[in-house]
Amino acid sequence: MTEIVRDRIDVALVVNGEPVEARVPVGQHLIDFLRLELGLTGAHASCEHGVCGACTIRVNGEAVRGCLTLAAQADGAEVWTVEGLTDTGAIADLQAEFVSRNALQCGFCTPGMLVAADELLARGGVPSRGEVREHLSGNYCRCTGYEAIVDAVEAVATARAGGDARTGEGGA
Amino acid sequence: MKAAVGGYARARDLRHALELLAQTNGMGRVLAGGQSLVAALNMRLTTGDVLVDISALSECRGVVEDGDTLRIGALTRHAEIGRDPLIAAHAPLLAEATTHIAHAAIRNRGTIGGAIAHADPAAEFPACALALGAVMHVEGLAGAREIPAADFFRDTFETALEEGEILAAITIPKAEPDEVQVIEEVARRSGDYALAGLCLVRRAAGHRVSLFSTGPKPMLATGAMAALDAGDVEGAIAALKGEIDPPSDTQASGAYRRHLAGVLLRRAVARIEGGTR
Ligand SMILES: Cc1cc2nc3c(=O)[nH]c(=O)nc-3n(C[C@H](O)[C@H](O)[C@H](O)COP(=O)(O)OP(=O)(O)OC[C@H]3O[C@@H](n4cnc5c(N)ncnc54)[C@H](O)[C@@H]3O)c2cc1C
Repeated sequence: MTEIVRDRIDVALVVNGEPVEARVPVGQHLIDFLRLELGLTGAHASCEHGVCGACTIRVNGEAVRGCLTLAAQADGAEVWTVEGLTDTGAIADLQAEFVSRNALQCGFCTPGMLVAADELLARGGVPSRGEVREHLSGNYCRCTGYEAIVDAVEAVATARAGGDARTGEGGA
Repeated sequence: MKAAVGGYARARDLRHALELLAQTNGMGRVLAGGQSLVAALNMRLTTGDVLVDISALSECRGVVEDGDTLRIGALTRHAEIGRDPLIAAHAPLLAEATTHIAHAAIRNRGTIGGAIAHADPAAEFPACALALGAVMHVEGLAGAREIPAADFFRDTFETALEEGEILAAITIPKAEPDEVQVIEEVARRSGDYALAGLCLVRRAAGHRVSLFSTGPKPMLATGAMAALDAGDVEGAIAALKGEIDPPSDTQASGAYRRHLAGVLLRRAVARIEGGTR
């Protein structure tokens, strides 16, 4: 008996806290699955070769490229998208800073940007602006020029650390 | 565009993965982190592949000490290499290299085995493997092979891996107490593939210099190594420029890459003389 599946394969995963079972085309990437099958249109399929970062989602606790992860590979995974992170309030402070600082304009990059920034913030401490830029270097924004995005991330890190941005350096 | 694949199978262990590959009539393709392969599938640079997914094989993931060497499982991810204490202590070149590879989200899934098997001439890990004298541990249904890095990289995207074989691990000699290892590269933007890059290792037996993104595969600059052993930095830079023939493309001209290689060697030498590692 061959275990090679030619067209569709069963997957069971948890998306935004809810168990999901589906039969997915073997070549379908996770973003198409989330958008087309589950209606979660927050993360975007844009360049589809890993360059733009608009598809960034959280898989098993890490920010990854949804377009470079096959849905078939997400069997058993725990996936969070901007919708779930919004519903739980996990990134409410980050979203509020994005809004108040105009860290988004068209909003296309924002779901991916938030997930990438959230991963950095989850490490704790206050990263330097250089570290924020480096961590977000794989997320393109064509509207803001990034300055307001870095401001927003820095402000949240500082607020979460309960201190002053300039004194709480998080490293090199 | 969307991928057009010929099939998919999830391997339970290495043996199972090899058996699955053998059933694919030559269409088999190992899927590790997917950070090069899924991009190629999405762009339909390759179609009809039967994907044998090895990404869940825990036996091929992680770093362990093995006498005088470090054994790095092929599925160890770039981000894990970057924070592994054994790597930091015994192969700091690899840890530094990860800071140049792609972006955080890609480093969370890309694997060292995938980067080495993919053999992109602009990739960091193949050149590191060459500079450190790594050995590739390859498994096949016909048996296991050990291939020194110097014999492993053949051409652009081409290695000594035969059809149906899987790279299981790489071993690297642990750094000597006084060994220094540095990597230098120039890229237009953080995370881009390098326009030119260079690894420099200094151990008791002498210097080792490897280059990436200056030819079809990573190479050892033996002329530059001999000149550095003789204490002649200017001679090493001249030798280096003479022994490479970098290509011109939309990113940079060959002449610019050759110039950069000399600049990178000078920077690397300045760092090891300053004692930073
Ligand atoms: C935007 C972007 C930027 C990048 N920048 C860089 C960079 O600057 N430097 C760099 O080095 N890389 C870069 N990469 C590539 C990244 O490092 C990949 O992770 C790596 O090249 C491939 O590793 P993988 O595990 O993802 O392999 P996959 O994509 O799964 O596989 C790649 C190839 O190797 C084969 N393969 C994989 N594992 C094995 C194995 N164990 N045995 C046999 N064959 C195997 C596959 O069959 C496939 O042909 C970048 C990628 C992207 C998307």
